[in-house]
Amino acid sequence: MIPLGMAFGLLVIQAGLPGWIAPALSLAAFAGSAELLLVGMIATAAPLAGIALTAFLINFRHVFYAVSFPLHLVRNPFLKAYSLYALTDEAYALTASSPGKWTQSRLLTLQASYNVYWVGGGVLGVLLGGLMPGPIKGLDFALTALFVTLALDAARSKREIPSVLLAAGAFAIAVLLVPGSALFVGLVLFVAFLAVRYLVGKARSYRA
Amino acid sequence: MPSPVYIAAVLATVFAVDLGLRALPFAFLKPLRESAAVNALSLWMPAGLLLILAMSTFAPLVGLGSGAGTGVGSSDIAKAFIALGVTVGVHLSCGRRTLLSVGLGTAAYVALVNVV
Repeated sequence: MIPLGMAFGLLVIQAGLPGWIAPALSLAAFAGSAELLLVGMIATAAPLAGIALTAFLINFRHVFYAVSFPLHLVRNPFLKAYSLYALTDEAYALTASSPGKWTQSRLLTLQASYNVYWVGGGVLGVLLGGLMPGPIKGLDFALTALFVTLALDAARSKREIPSVLLAAGAFAIAVLLVPGSALFVGLVLFVAFLAVRYLVGKARSYRA
Repeated sequence: MPSPVYIAAVLATVFAVDLGLRALPFAFLKPLRESAAVNALSLWMPAGLLLILAMSTFAPLVGLGSGAGTGVGSSDIAKAFIALGVTVGVHLSCGRRTLLSVGLGTAAYVALVNVV
């Protein structure tokens, strides 16, 4: 999280934006992939409607996190609001990969430390960017690498093969047919495929 | 350099959209929790979802998706796949230490696009 945050902070400086944008955006969005995309949009003063739509499409996946995220463990309404705000990919991935071992304090400690790492990493990146003579091409690969490793960790057992194949198919169709919003369409198709998988499985179990 | 008012408006927009997407589904969750379909989905979702995120951030590097047609040559594609191979290889062979895999994979990509 810290290196990725640093990459984000560096990108802010490389885009010619003031350094405070990094922590401000990290606190407002707290969503790594969206923030990395937004840096470029802010630098070119993209219209607010486009920014809202991009944030919506990129973060649409958070809708699915609610299903298994153990928010019910957090009782205090303020802490609950914080836990919601800090429901990131990483927090979701960790709770999903080891369900059942969470308590309120464990969950909030995890989320708060991610928050500190992410904002702190961004500030470090801004400071580092100030020392650099020029921009570094290719740093945004950190985001790709992060999702690749998280996907590898989530797909460790043979049980995951159908989902992985359906996701790969959904994204392949989306990227070929609607390259402009491949992520959004890919996610929607994937959910549709899983729904079909569920209905087929149910129909089979009735027959058996 | 964009105006502070514009940046403040961006921050408010992004905050509202992100928090809304995170919070709204919980309002409909209680009836959903007991549903067998939803439980199946929550079990099946993570691996595929993360794969889609990985692919969607990788696609522009090889000239697919929203980056399509922005002058990605075959050597750029090779560099992206090499860095992907480094990330996966390090992750699987060095005990799944995310920081190490992401660090070496990113370093490989940065080195390839800047030096080669």
